Amino acid sequence: MKRKVKNIDELKVKSKTDNLSVIRDFISSKAFQAGIAAEAVDNIMLAVDEACTNIIKHAYQSYPEGEIIIKVEYDNDKFTILIMDYGKTFDPTTVPKPDLKKYYQEHKVGGLGMYLMRTLMDDVKYTTVPGKYNQVLLSKNISGSDRDDRSQRL
Amino acid sequence: MAEFNTSVLDKGEISVINLKGYLDAHTAPKLENNFTQLIDQKRFNIVVNFEELAYISSAGLGVFMAYIEKIRENHGDIKLSNMSEKVYNIFDLLGFPLLYEIYKTEDEAVKKFVGE
Repeated sequence: MKRKVKNIDELKVKSKTDNLSVIRDFISSKAFQAGIAAEAVDNIMLAVDEACTNIIKHAYQSYPEGEIIIKVEYDNDKFTILIMDYGKTFDPTTVPKPDLKKYYQEHKVGGLGMYLMRTLMDDVKYTTVPGKYNQVLLSKNISGSDRDDRSQRL
Repeated sequence: MAEFNTSVLDKGEISVINLKGYLDAHTAPKLENNFTQLIDQKRFNIVVNFEELAYISSAGLGVFMAYIEKIRENHGDIKLSNMSEKVYNIFDLLGFPLLYEIYKTEDEAVKKFVGE
């Protein structure tokens, strides 16, 4: 089987934090199906959690009836997740770099999620059409050590 | 649905918060309540045992940041123990080991308070 098989799946949920576990379960099951090793699956799952938490808190500002659409696409070499929302436009360039000293003084954290996403994934791309939708594309290249040796794949 | 539970156990002057399950933006308020209550009771020597914590996101990490200064101003501390490698790695990625003492066992963390 030399053919490159692309697998596509989609999950649509409301913008409530109790759906974060639904989202994580969806992502981890797809990532395992893609033959990705456990540690890399955890990292992908966390990155998607962070992206969706940001959408719930910032794009929808905790309004629970917003839509979040998550599309997963993978082949042998790459696992990508496209996350769409119809909330407030988000400009990723305004997110500050994490500064622990400042967090300590201000008793809160900001930008940690974004930092984790960029650290854990190979690529993070934001696209926004003001007044219409926002999307973030997360991708992870599946290289040698990210592959689950135990999986029986074609 | 993600399960997350905490239990608080007083060991003399020290309070131990045990974490279990998944700590994310949905479940973080539960842990915030634990800290708020301990601060109200003026119990500022706190050990958080991570042994049964399966998962943490930045929303969970934020909880520790929210209370640490208040607790240290009152001559207390939040010390962390029994982290899995997976959870430790997330703390480490964000530089948290610079701000918090992290011990292998709960006993070690408790002893640090007693010894101080």
